Amino acid sequence: MIAGWRLLALRWAVLIGALGALEAACRFGAIDRLVLLPPTEMLASAVRLVASGKAVPDLLATGRIMAVAIVASLLLGTAGGIALHALPRLKRALAPLLSSYYSVPVFVLYPVLILIFGLNDLPLIIIGALFAVIIMAQNTMNGLDRIPLALDKTARMLRLSAWQRVFHVMLPAAFPYLIVGAKLAVAYCFIGVIAGEFILSTIGMGHAIAFAYNDFDNPAMYGLMTLVVVIATTINLSLHAWEHRVRRRREGA
Amino acid sequence: MSAAHARIQAVTRVFEATAETRAVQALGPIDFDIGRGEFVAVVGPSGCGKSTLLDIVAGLARPTAGTVTFEDQPVVGPPDGVGVVFQQDAAFAWLSVIDNVAFGLRRRGMAARAAREVAAEALAMTGLSEFATAYPAQLSGGMRQRVCIARTLVLRPRLLLLDEPFGALDAQTRLLMGDELLQIWRQSGASVMLITHSLEEAALLADRVAVMSARPGRIIAEIATGWPAERDSRLVEDPRFGRLTAELWSHLREEARQAMATQKP
Repeated sequence: MIAGWRLLALRWAVLIGALGALEAACRFGAIDRLVLLPPTEMLASAVRLVASGKAVPDLLATGRIMAVAIVASLLLGTAGGIALHALPRLKRALAPLLSSYYSVPVFVLYPVLILIFGLNDLPLIIIGALFAVIIMAQNTMNGLDRIPLALDKTARMLRLSAWQRVFHVMLPAAFPYLIVGAKLAVAYCFIGVIAGEFILSTIGMGHAIAFAYNDFDNPAMYGLMTLVVVIATTINLSLHAWEHRVRRRREGA
Repeated sequence: MSAAHARIQAVTRVFEATAETRAVQALGPIDFDIGRGEFVAVVGPSGCGKSTLLDIVAGLARPTAGTVTFEDQPVVGPPDGVGVVFQQDAAFAWLSVIDNVAFGLRRRGMAARAAREVAAEALAMTGLSEFATAYPAQLSGGMRQRVCIARTLVLRPRLLLLDEPFGALDAQTRLLMGDELLQIWRQSGASVMLITHSLEEAALLADRVAVMSARPGRIIAEIATGWPAERDSRLVEDPRFGRLTAELWSHLREEARQAMATQKP
C-alpha cells in the first residue's frame, strides 16, 4: 500500500506535470495562444482581476446565489431523504423517477423560470438547487437505509423522541453518506449556477465569462475560469478533508 | 422464587404473509415470569424466536396475541426502567467512549458535567476508564460491547435484557465478560433476561434457564441452576456445571435437530 505522503506527492506530481506540459505546449507554439493561454498567464490574469476589484462584484453575486442554492438543496435534500426513508411506499413509488432524474436536462426549465420569476437571482438559485437536491436526497436516503437495526433499536430503548432519533442518532450515523451527498450537491450547484449565468444573466461569474468570450478577451475569460476552478476545487477539497477526518475517527484508520 | 418483575402471558407472534413469503408463526404461546432480581437465561435452537421474545418484552415489537407486563404495567412500547444490550455493535461511532455512555443521560436532560461524572463511574465499573476519550473504532469488539453495557447501566435499568451480548466474542473473553456481568448484576440488583445459544453460558450465569422449542418457540423446560449469587466462571470446575449443561442439551437436542432440518434449503 502506498503511504499517505507518497500518494500526496504522486498526486501533486501528476498535477504539476500536466500543468507544466500545458505551459510548455502554449509557450513553444504547439497550442495557439488565441485558443489557450499558458496556465501561468491564466493565474496572473485571475490575480489581476481580483486585485483590481474588477471581478469582485461578479464573485460576490455568484457567491450569494451559490450559498442560497447550496443551503436550500442541502436542507431540502436531507429532509426529502428522511421522508423517503421513513415512507417506504413513497420510496418505491418514486424510485424510477429518482433514478432517471439526471437523464432529464433540467436546464430546459431555465427559460420558464426566467419567465415566471424575472431575470434576477431566483431562477439561478432554483436551477442550482434543482441540480443538487436529488443527489443530496438520494445519499441521505442511502445512508439512513444502511443504519444498523441495533442502532435504531438502541435509540428506541433510550426512549428518544422522533426528533432526537433523527438528529442525535440517524443523521450522525448516516453522516459519511451525507458528506458524500453534500460534496456532490456543491459541485452540481456550481454547474447549475455558472451555466445559468452563462446562458442568460446580467451578473455573476458565468455571465462575466460569457461576456469576455463574446468580447474575444481571452486573458479575462481564462482568468475568470481559473477563479471558478480554484474556488470550486478549494470548497470540494475542504469537504473532502473534513470527510477524511471524520472517516478516520470513525473507522479507526 | 421472588415476585414476578416481568410477566409474559400467552404470547404469540405471527409474521404475516407478504407477496414473497407465507405467514410464519415465530413464537408461542409462551407463559413465563422473570422474578425481581432474578437472572434468567433463555436458550433455544436457531430461529426459535428468542430474539423476537426479547423484542416483545422490551416493547420493540408487539405480540400477535397475549400480554407482557413489567412491574404490573402492560408493555406497549419501550418501558422506563428496561435496558437492552444487543449482540450487534450498537456503539455510536461518532461519539467518544465517555460520550457514548453519557448519551442517554444527556438526552434525559442531565447536565453535561454531571452526565460525564456518572459515565466515568460506569466506565470504571466496566474497566474502560483508560479509554474514555477513545472512539469505538479504536476498541476491540469486547470493549465496544462493554461500552454498550455501560451506556445501558448508567440509566439504572431495573430489568436488563441481553440479546446474545457476547455472541461475537471469543470463548475466553466470553467467560471474563460473564464474570463482569455477574458482578454488575449483583451490584445493580436488576433483574436480567439473557438470550443465548450457548448452553455453557446459560448454565454458568443464570439462576434459572428456560429452554425453548424449535419454531414456533415455546418454553419446554425450566431448570433452576441452584448457584449462589456470589459466583463466577470458576464454576466450570464444578461437576454440577457439566451435569447442568448435559441436562440442557438433553432437552434441546431434538429441538435443535428439528430446527436444523427446517433450515435446510
